Amino acid sequence: MRFLLQRVAFYLFTAWAAITLNFFIPRLVPGDPVQSLISRNQGRISADAIESLRVLFGLDENENVWEQYLDYWRQLIHGDLGLSFTFFPAPVSTVIGDSLPWTVGLVGITTIISFLLGTALGVGAGWRRGSWVDGLLPATTFLSSIPYFWLGLVAIALFAGPGSFFPSSGGYEPGLVPAFDQYFIPSAIQHSILPAATILVSSMSGWILSMRNMMVTVSSEDYITVAHAKGLSERRVALSYAARNALLPNVSGFALSLGFIVGGTLLVEIVFSYPGLGYQLFQAVGAKDYPLMQGIFLIITISVLVANLLADVAYLLLDPRTRKS
Amino acid sequence: MTISPSSIEQVIPGQGAMAQPSAAPGRAKRRRFRFIANAKAATGLVILGVYCLFAVIGPWVAPHNPDARSGDVLQPPSTAHWFGTTHLGQDIFSQILVGARSVMVVGLIAGVLATILSILIGVTAGYLGGAADEGLSAMSNVFLVIPALPLIIIVTSIVEQASDTLVALIIGCTSWAWGARVLRAQTLSLRRRDYVEAARATGERTWRIILFEILPNLTAIIASGFVGTVIFAVMSEITLAFIGISSVSSWNWGTILFWAQGQQALAQGAWWWFVPAGLAIALLGTALALINFGIDEFVSPRLRSAGKTRIRTADGRTVRMRVGFTPVLAPSRPVPAPREEVAP
Repeated sequence: MRFLLQRVAFYLFTAWAAITLNFFIPRLVPGDPVQSLISRNQGRISADAIESLRVLFGLDENENVWEQYLDYWRQLIHGDLGLSFTFFPAPVSTVIGDSLPWTVGLVGITTIISFLLGTALGVGAGWRRGSWVDGLLPATTFLSSIPYFWLGLVAIALFAGPGSFFPSSGGYEPGLVPAFDQYFIPSAIQHSILPAATILVSSMSGWILSMRNMMVTVSSEDYITVAHAKGLSERRVALSYAARNALLPNVSGFALSLGFIVGGTLLVEIVFSYPGLGYQLFQAVGAKDYPLMQGIFLIITISVLVANLLADVAYLLLDPRTRKS
Repeated sequence: MTISPSSIEQVIPGQGAMAQPSAAPGRAKRRRFRFIANAKAATGLVILGVYCLFAVIGPWVAPHNPDARSGDVLQPPSTAHWFGTTHLGQDIFSQILVGARSVMVVGLIAGVLATILSILIGVTAGYLGGAADEGLSAMSNVFLVIPALPLIIIVTSIVEQASDTLVALIIGCTSWAWGARVLRAQTLSLRRRDYVEAARATGERTWRIILFEILPNLTAIIASGFVGTVIFAVMSEITLAFIGISSVSSWNWGTILFWAQGQQALAQGAWWWFVPAGLAIALLGTALALINFGIDEFVSPRLRSAGKTRIRTADGRTVRMRVGFTPVLAPSRPVPAPREEVAP
């Protein structure tokens, strides 16, 4: 319990750091982006919205930085992330709310599948060290060195021609309305197969390798020898003794590298024009939509923090030692 | 874009598996040769050497000016244009050659910057301990958890037409945390070793202990961290160029992919436009990863792929050898004790 509380405190601290970082970034933007938006949308922008954008960009000349910071927090607590420039006059929170489920569905599920599958294969590769499996390791290295987005491009070129089963872009058939019915769900799944396979192929090899190395390290421990000497079956020793212990560092490694993985997978969305946060971020960057960029960064960071917390809970369940103290 | 979790950092918590590179001066040379004798590391170093060579001479040996337009629009690979041409008739082979320099320079600058930061923060935190350690570790953990790539994208997009150097600096400043964490863990285990205590007892100054007693024993980890950061930096730079944030006027492999994507190379079937750049990136990444495996296996010999594991015994049966486990064979003929044992 104490362990969990410590972790929660750390994540709250990290969230605070990310929000503070997010507060300072727009202050680096040269010029006055709000003024240009106002002049572009003469008369269509409400006084409230202008005020909220001014707080976001720190353009309030009458306040010092500390007061601006407090204003920023006040705004954030009310869920106000400003107005999106590209989807004007939609607020950023609405735009993000629309794309978040897509990212959680695609990136979240494939990341977990990739970790589980990679770990399982790593257990096999580590236990059978010196067999033909070792010969496959350089191939996995090569696959993990390919940028996700390039693999996506190749996948589109190979599999997603006209008339192919796999669509090359989008998250669902253009004519459909997002809903949980028998038309929309199959279409959404059909659109996600190719991006998911891309992420899976390039992210899995990292897990295979780290799990293999942990298995190799663990299998020379004394308790493995004892388990063998007791006459336990090969399977039992491999899974309940070696893999159980090798898994722990892999789970904490999983938590630590989530930030890297999420960054890479967002690019797959860009290549496939998948309507998630990564594609939204890409569009925001192209349109210099600073409030949307900031909002997306904040949401991605918080999602990664939540995922980290879940990984910690998993660690807690797997390792009885952390529960005892 | 993952930095593949290398085994080094995962071995550290137990510390037992970490071989300590002992600093006997007479044997140092032989050890260095042993690292190169590792097949993986050697392959990686050779490929990396070729890339470095092209980074230096690429712009001079390129057969065409990468910006020059010609009448051969969207030609597939031929003897005149080895990798084909773009929609403007530019030679893609020349673009790849010229682009190598920018990729290598960004990787190098970002790698060096991140390594210096990780040494400063990681080793200081590990050696000093106490409040300084708490603060510095919290900082590196925060940087580790915050997704780096979105942050890099946002910071770079604020700067108009960011140059290579600036991109390298931004990447370097955001990617030191992993190395710092690993170095801190290892420093923590080194600082109570006898030889460090001895140095402290003889009145060595703190900076001297860190520089001459601790750092030399962290070389392998620092090198592995450096290589890992270079992989990440190269991938990030190419990503930035691919989504069109950094300057598109200078050539790197991401810029080539940016134009290929923008001009619908896929829809036109112009595979030669994006395949060479992607393979160049993947090969560079593989070379760096191989070097890292070499370092890992050098530090922790158990990770080496075991050679022959199936051994024939004298009476014609086969045994599978495994680390830490001595196979005990039941006698094939009803022979009384002593039992036959095969030592590994």
